Amino acid sequence: MAQPLNRLKESPSQTAGPYVHIGTTPNFIGIGSVYPEDLGLAPCPPAAKGKRIIVTGQVFDGAGAVLRDALIEIWQADADGLYPGHGEHRGAADPNFPGWFRQPVDSVTGLYRFETIKPGQAPFPDGRRMAPHISFWIAARGINTGLHTRLYFGDEQAANAADPLLGRVEQTQRVATLIAPRGEADGVPCYRFDIHLQGDKETIFLDI
Amino acid sequence: MPSRSPPRRSPKPHRPSRSKAMRNAPAPNHQGAFYQRDRSWHPPAYTPEYKTSVLRSPQQAPLSLTNTLSEMTGPVFGHAMLGPLDNDLIRNFATTGDAIGPRILVHGRVLDEDQRPVPGALLEYWQANAGGRYRHRKESYLAAIDPNFGGCGRSITDAEGRYWFRTVKPGAYPWPNRVNDWRPAHIHFSIFGHAFAQRLITQMYFAGDPMIWQCPIVLGIPSRAAVETLIADLDREATIPMDTLAYRFDIVLRGRRSTLFENRMEGN
Repeated sequence: MAQPLNRLKESPSQTAGPYVHIGTTPNFIGIGSVYPEDLGLAPCPPAAKGKRIIVTGQVFDGAGAVLRDALIEIWQADADGLYPGHGEHRGAADPNFPGWFRQPVDSVTGLYRFETIKPGQAPFPDGRRMAPHISFWIAARGINTGLHTRLYFGDEQAANAADPLLGRVEQTQRVATLIAPRGEADGVPCYRFDIHLQGDKETIFLDI
Repeated sequence: MPSRSPPRRSPKPHRPSRSKAMRNAPAPNHQGAFYQRDRSWHPPAYTPEYKTSVLRSPQQAPLSLTNTLSEMTGPVFGHAMLGPLDNDLIRNFATTGDAIGPRILVHGRVLDEDQRPVPGALLEYWQANAGGRYRHRKESYLAAIDPNFGGCGRSITDAEGRYWFRTVKPGAYPWPNRVNDWRPAHIHFSIFGHAFAQRLITQMYFAGDPMIWQCPIVLGIPSRAAVETLIADLDREATIPMDTLAYRFDIVLRGRRSTLFENRMEGN
């Protein structure tokens, strides 16, 4: 006889809607007296170890229009590949590196821009090393369940070639949608990561 | 509100007795990968009656990925970051008096799929005022702004996974989808569990609201049973007489496998 598992179902997702900023970045839209600052919006502290980088880009819909109401969160390891939060049992991550940042895209241009550090490599469950990457999560009006994806770095060709996730992509021409080409802005490496929700250039999204 | 204790306390969690055979066995370590998300329970990306989803829904299948450290870890938020009025929307924006509208408490627990409480979870919530008007520059609904209502708040769950906040019940509001679409009264929730894989944004609705069943955002959820888990019940026990009605809304985040024999150290 089968034993009941007594499991609950996960609460179903709903869209963040067009006014997600009220709850997540109220100062950004002029609700300035409730919280001292918007959570996740502060730049990476100068004391954080590692190589400073800038990550920037836009989010596009299936008609090629820029989203101007999206919310983007990123989560990444520190310079040594350790995660500064719950679930990291391999050692203490850099105490000066938050690992998590959040930003609404610009309400006119749709641009986002994170100043962070280049993450180190963390292991895949089977022990292989993953290439340096930043996890992205995108919520917006019209997106029913937040979308997960990853940014990989254009100047890490060798690590990218050995990455277990990138190696699983059957349509190899789509791998490029996860790789941000490197540029430079005032001497700081600058990676451009555009996200295409739908269509010919559709970004690979992850069912994690 | 800030000095209030949680609206309702349950007895201490029941600790099951363990058989003799079990006593020497190592306790399951609930740090494994998360149960796969049931994407037939969540709304699909493409729900054409909700028009904005048409061009914002991926068409390719998502790439399924074994959980790695990137998904099984997540940011920590401490109670120290909370201000005393962060969970009191009736007062946290007020200057000349309380926000106007039906006074309500919303409370509940954050649990995982195995019914374990999720302590230390950050909840952020936002909503329209009692007339259905959001305080947002892109909002043009005719209903008046309430000068004493901002519409945002946040909580961090306690050791038993509980949260609570005080607010006014939001009004329904019209939105430019089909020509006469109105959202049911709702409160948006953003929840951080212990891992990026648990990240969730959802909406809470109010029991008995007939508008729930005409809303294309709600009806994007495939099953009635799933919708019902987003409807908060009136909670007479937590209601404060002559003061505030209460609604109870429990939130379930993804659970994770226990690592019984899957006990390789991470990264080995």
